[in-house]
Amino acid sequence: MTMTEWGSLSNLAFASATVVYVLALVAHVAEWAFARQVEPPVERRRELVGAGAAVPPSPDVTAPPAEPRFEVVGRIGLSLTGLAFVIHLVGVVARAAAAERVPWGNMFEFNTTGALAVTGAYLVAVRLFKLRWLGLLVTAFVAVVLAASMLVPALYVAPGPLVPALHSYWLVIHVAAAAVAGGAFAVGAFVSVLYLVRERAERGGALGGVVGRMPAAAFLDRVAFRVHAFAFPLWTFGVLVAGPIWAEHAWGRYWGWDPKEVWAFITWVVYAAYLHARATAGWQGRKAAYLALAAFLTFLFNYVGINLFASGLHSYGGVG
Amino acid sequence: MDKQAGASALSPLELGRWAWRRLTSMRTALILLFLLAMAAIPGSLIPQQAVSPSEVFAFREANPTLGEWYDRLGLFTVYTSVWFGAVYVLLMLSLVGCIIPRTRQYWRSFRAQPPPAPRNLARLPEHRTWSSAAAVDDLAADAERALRRSRFRVRRYADDSGRVVLAAERGRYREAGNLVFHLSVLVVLAGVAYGALFGFKGGAYLAEGQGFSNTLTQYDEFKPGALYDIDDLVPFSLTLEQFEATYEMGDEQRGAARSFDATLNYLTEPGAEPRSKALAVNQPLEIGGTSVFLVGNGYAPEVTVRDGNGDVAFSGPVPFLPQDSSNTSFGVVKVPDAQPTQIGFEGFFLPTFAITPERGPHSTFPDALRPALVLTGFTGDLGMDDGRPQSVYVLDKDGLTQLEEDGEPFRLLLEPGQTKQLPGGAGSVTFAGLNRAVQLQVSHTPGKTVALAGVLLGLAGMVTSLYIRPRRTWVRVAGAGPDGRTVVEAAGLDRVSGGDLASGLDDLVAAIGRPAKDQPEQEESS
Ligand code: HEM
Repeated sequence: MTMTEWGSLSNLAFASATVVYVLALVAHVAEWAFARQVEPPVERRRELVGAGAAVPPSPDVTAPPAEPRFEVVGRIGLSLTGLAFVIHLVGVVARAAAAERVPWGNMFEFNTTGALAVTGAYLVAVRLFKLRWLGLLVTAFVAVVLAASMLVPALYVAPGPLVPALHSYWLVIHVAAAAVAGGAFAVGAFVSVLYLVRERAERGGALGGVVGRMPAAAFLDRVAFRVHAFAFPLWTFGVLVAGPIWAEHAWGRYWGWDPKEVWAFITWVVYAAYLHARATAGWQGRKAAYLALAAFLTFLFNYVGINLFASGLHSYGGVG
Repeated sequence: MDKQAGASALSPLELGRWAWRRLTSMRTALILLFLLAMAAIPGSLIPQQAVSPSEVFAFREANPTLGEWYDRLGLFTVYTSVWFGAVYVLLMLSLVGCIIPRTRQYWRSFRAQPPPAPRNLARLPEHRTWSSAAAVDDLAADAERALRRSRFRVRRYADDSGRVVLAAERGRYREAGNLVFHLSVLVVLAGVAYGALFGFKGGAYLAEGQGFSNTLTQYDEFKPGALYDIDDLVPFSLTLEQFEATYEMGDEQRGAARSFDATLNYLTEPGAEPRSKALAVNQPLEIGGTSVFLVGNGYAPEVTVRDGNGDVAFSGPVPFLPQDSSNTSFGVVKVPDAQPTQIGFEGFFLPTFAITPERGPHSTFPDALRPALVLTGFTGDLGMDDGRPQSVYVLDKDGLTQLEEDGEPFRLLLEPGQTKQLPGGAGSVTFAGLNRAVQLQVSHTPGKTVALAGVLLGLAGMVTSLYIRPRRTWVRVAGAGPDGRTVVEAAGLDRVSGGDLASGLDDLVAAIGRPAKDQPEQEESS
């Protein structure tokens, strides 16, 4: 295939992946809607069975309980997300083939690769922690990022070669580490959101509907920590080891307080504060979760805000 | 003196102790981390002197009053300002105050045996108890084996009531990792500080064919660290043989840089064997701990100036500094040897010339597709004879009169090869040819391996501390009771949250032969 053909394949794949993500999102919306309606959580059903001995057995009670509808659509949502991930991956790989290099040279490519990392981190989290309840947040987020990258003219950049500063294998290491860490930070933030929702419900004793089916707050809290504990060292490596080494090769200084570097540092410090908070009595749980969200916001600001608004050496965004 | 006030006042020593305890508390560390993050923000929004001096200059021009306030508050130099320094010095103090006692404590606890079992194991977060027909020693041996297999250190003893107790502990290295991590923050800072004090950074703009030798006078700009000794400059020299740049010509990202390649010849010291080096953006030249980086590029047009007498008063490449992404470049030509008066020019070199009424002459593409020089001229005293150092990029117009033609400022527009006469018989200017030029950065940053080692060490410590979860476990086996059965108790305690203590304990008790769940003997964990 020619480079142009790879380029069109890549764009086609991104567009198709977006459509499939949207379908997955619809399935997850249905999942939440159905889960609201299905009233009896597990304990209640047991009660019903006990009391049902006196009454004529209704088909509902004796037949093995049919799989609730929300389970079915939820699983469909997950399968669609898996499918979208594969198509999305094809898009990124084809983009690399079209540009004849790693597909990390401008903001469009960071967006598409970063979104792929978010889905990837989510799929791993689903495997490890059975957290399908993240699906709604993740598919919505990824669909929006992908759609915006392709539809907003200022964000789209056609495949092309790299500016000289990016000709370095440290680019590959630096960006790969930052992207995977970013994907995990996103999932960590989403888990923290679920935690806050669930924790609030547990405090208020209102555990009906969707919230009642989520894992316990203590479990979500533990998962959030483990996701961050995975992402944080990777982020440290990406921005405090690989980044400076590359900056030294490209610009003759390993750290220069360029706006992008400043915000990478701020992000790092706020995540360090999150890890400290978890070890400080009085800051565990809810406050730590808010800190995790604040840290993710600094991460997003560094990614979006600095590329768009600040000037500096890291102005390879290719935006505008 | 009021008695009460006297009683409640703290002695300086007590006050100091109190302040120190406060400073080294975890809560303070958390707040200081926050402050550090906040303090870093202004530097990313306000132009910084060290990062983009030209933007700072433009800001001051546009907002003189605000600029003065920013100056006073150190907002153009955030990362070297007093208040930023105060936050991180406090954080470092807090860090040292945190590390020292914890290291001491850790050293003691590291050598200590696993602590004995608490009297009431049922109070611990996870607890199992059951009875077994097996002998005490067999059970204890099974438990010890299982614990050692899970990498616990185990101490076996008999308690006051004659029960066999296994006290087990694992994950001691977590705290070591944590200490190493925090210590490495200091190592990194030491490396950075060393580089800032004993290093230097300098810049030179060099046209094709020109040479550079590593002495102070050859630098356009030289910033030594406070303790750098100028005599330590490595005596290398180099010549820029050639520089090639390519730019995107297609419609997408038109004008984006694609490659910059310089070819240098260099001598590591006078009289050494000449060597050649391909210098590119990610491939610096290293000579004896000093590095030469290609950090920018531009043009140096070859200019010849004849004076009013018709003699060649100046001839050579003149550096023009790029101002925008299309390489519209600004430069100055000084001709001190011109007769009868000195002549100076300032103006633009435009690699791809275009002119519009709104923007005047400007460049539309960074490569030299249609090169042109646009200059205005001045005659008079260039002010070069009073010994004050002058920048080669600035024309001091105090003693100069602008050349005019028909009452308008005179403007020269030259294409390569062209010669034009100056008004009033002041002479002529020839645009003889075009050279490319490179902006080199020469720097020596001695502490960088220390800083890198520190970061890597810190990373290792951090991973250790995040992934090792210290846990204590006790197993207590009481001798056969009246029913002839042995009572076994197991309990565990995690020292950090986030681990799955319950299933760990379940695995352990299964290995000691506790009956499967749902049997009558089972007593639920508390
Ligand atoms: C430069 C400032 C600091 C930075 C960047 C920093 C960063 C971190 C990070 C990233 C962690 C989590 C990783 C690990 O456990 O190793 C951590 C943990 C910890 N830090 Fe700091 N820290 C700083 C200062 C301090 C200070 C001043 C104290 C003492 C008051 C402190 C006490 C602790 C403790 C006790 C933990 C362990 C938390 C736990 O048990 O989970 N840190 N720190």
